[in-house]
Amino acid sequence: MSDKIYSTKLQDKIERSGILMMLFVMVVVSIAGLVEIVPLFTIDETMEHNANPEIVWQRGEGDTLESWKAGDGIRPYTALELAGRDIYLREGCYLCHSQMIRPFRDEKERYGHYSLASESMYDHPFQWGSKRTGPDLARVGGKYSDEWQRQHLMAPRSVVPESVMPNYPWLAENEVDADGIETRMAVMRMMPGIGKVPYLDSDIEGAAEKIRGKTEMDAMIAYLQVLGTMAKLDYNKTYRK
Amino acid sequence: MEAAEKYDFSAVRWFSVAAVIYLVVGTLVGFYIAAELAWPVLNLDLPYTTFGRLRPLHTNAVIFAFGGCTLMATAFYSVQRTCGTRIWSPKMAWFTFWGWNLVIVAAVITLPLGITQGKEYAELEWPIDLAIAVVWLSFFLNFVMTLVNKKTSHIYVSNWFFLGMLVMITYLHVVNSLAIPVSLFKSYSLFSGVQDAMIQWWWGHNAVGFYLTAGFLGIMYYFVPKQANRPIYSYRLSVIHFWALMFGYVWLGAHHLQYTALPDWTGSLGAAVSLAMIIPSWGGAVNGMMTLSGAWDKLRDDYILRFMIVSLAFYAMSTFEGPVMSVKTVNALSHYTDWTIGHVHSGALGWVAMVAAGALYHLIERLWNVKMYSAKLVNTHFWMATIGTVVYITAMWVSGIMQGLMWRDYDEFGTLSYTFAESVAAMVPYYKMRAVGGLIFWLGGVVMLYNVVMTIRKAPARAA
Repeated sequence: MSDKIYSTKLQDKIERSGILMMLFVMVVVSIAGLVEIVPLFTIDETMEHNANPEIVWQRGEGDTLESWKAGDGIRPYTALELAGRDIYLREGCYLCHSQMIRPFRDEKERYGHYSLASESMYDHPFQWGSKRTGPDLARVGGKYSDEWQRQHLMAPRSVVPESVMPNYPWLAENEVDADGIETRMAVMRMMPGIGKVPYLDSDIEGAAEKIRGKTEMDAMIAYLQVLGTMAKLDYNKTYRK
Repeated sequence: MEAAEKYDFSAVRWFSVAAVIYLVVGTLVGFYIAAELAWPVLNLDLPYTTFGRLRPLHTNAVIFAFGGCTLMATAFYSVQRTCGTRIWSPKMAWFTFWGWNLVIVAAVITLPLGITQGKEYAELEWPIDLAIAVVWLSFFLNFVMTLVNKKTSHIYVSNWFFLGMLVMITYLHVVNSLAIPVSLFKSYSLFSGVQDAMIQWWWGHNAVGFYLTAGFLGIMYYFVPKQANRPIYSYRLSVIHFWALMFGYVWLGAHHLQYTALPDWTGSLGAAVSLAMIIPSWGGAVNGMMTLSGAWDKLRDDYILRFMIVSLAFYAMSTFEGPVMSVKTVNALSHYTDWTIGHVHSGALGWVAMVAAGALYHLIERLWNVKMYSAKLVNTHFWMATIGTVVYITAMWVSGIMQGLMWRDYDEFGTLSYTFAESVAAMVPYYKMRAVGGLIFWLGGVVMLYNVVMTIRKAPARAA
């Protein structure tokens, strides 16, 4: 009979009303997200540079993205690197390559120092990946020459016979999208809160001209070569508990 | 028929057929990219056919095209049946159908072109994301209003699960897709780095948890009892299963980021709740399977029921495997390896696709008021799906665990035993085996499509 209550009064009441059930579900499913996500924006310890400010580039008067040297600290991508990163996204590289080194002995020896959260704070979206069909790329910058990277992207099996990576010959033929880059950098600067990318007007103005005529291959290599080289990390220091 | 006047199943018919077609298309792309990993020459040196661009097409096709059409067909069908009322707006159901298919067409065009937001399972660019939101809300509204119009006193349990999915997917899609456009086909995620990672996996795991689990549990709770012609085993277990799943599943995303730059507290919290989730998950699997208690003999000749029961076995298996993989020591080995891919497919092929196939066969018989053209072919499909799945996941278990062990292996001098390239070479036989498993599974889908087409063709002409 419809009048009989088979469970609790509350459950029975919920089961009789679509709207009430919807409202209860809306509350119940939101709890975990609030607990796990919101604190990541508010707890300072989440970002290692709050306790270790030296890992971020301290930009002096008149410094440009070009005058920055490897190890000077985490900085926004140059126009060419950003264009390369957009190609990395377009080609779906993140589906086979991670950019997140875990704090294990074997990963340290294979890839280098474990990755810090601060190192990807300018990455919209993050590119940590979830699968290593190919090796991690978080610190691939500087490990191989530009010429090796070019050859490898053109025909991976010509340098690594075991590789299952596709060939990317069109990267050498296509020119980068120079006209769109200034808008892209400006949008990065518009990001709210801790995701804001601190480009200066002088970084954005003229960016299109700096990269005009470069190929997608040039951009991709510029991006790969900067990965993991920005901050100089100290193996004797505990950045993350 | 009396049912034909009482309910409106017109859009449901189209959703069901579309689901079967997308099953074949989505798994074909999956088979192709599996073959690309075994034989890289298949990338064809063309941008549009590389693994990196086709893999999102595969995931979007199977999750959103096949999964979505299945969910919409079954939800619109069962909500009318269980509420004893006509769908609130048949027109809006048609809007949902055409809108959803338009989204799928947009995905098929944009993903091979490399138009992507670069977030797994959320690749589609912002204009398509907006369209998804509108179409999804039309599904949501129509479903809830049908519940409001119900002629029964209580809401049947299958609808709880569909409702949970509708709410959660709305949250997830809206938050995870927040982005600032730079042009019509390009945008950047509003979040970056670690926050973006957590939000992405909150989405990523719950696309599995709510879309592919809660939604398909809604299917299980309606179609298993109907096909078995017996009431669900336990109402109380349903209540526990439902609320525990609604509350618990959402926490799990963090277990995808163990040992990463995500703070330890978040990953550990995700892992702890993951372990606890074994209880409601198995409660649900038991609830479905025990519905057959006392009538197990039905499995002998009811091939449709076989799909459903075996799907529950896979559900139980992968909801045990998942929590195990979220344990930190196991995750240290399994993360980044093929084991994860195997785990996803034991859920996606074994659970989602099998329960969907069972429900779709059931639906097609009811919607066209006819028996399947060939029961034998249903059985053939059943065995191909089961064998294909088992071959696939076995290959991935072996390759995944082998990868994990090779990467961390040291020789007697204390140096790494293997280069990365050596681990890639060791995977080749398993990548081939996986492609074979996928091929068998795909062929099973082709058998289903043929059977469905022949069934509809022989169905008696009905009034339009």
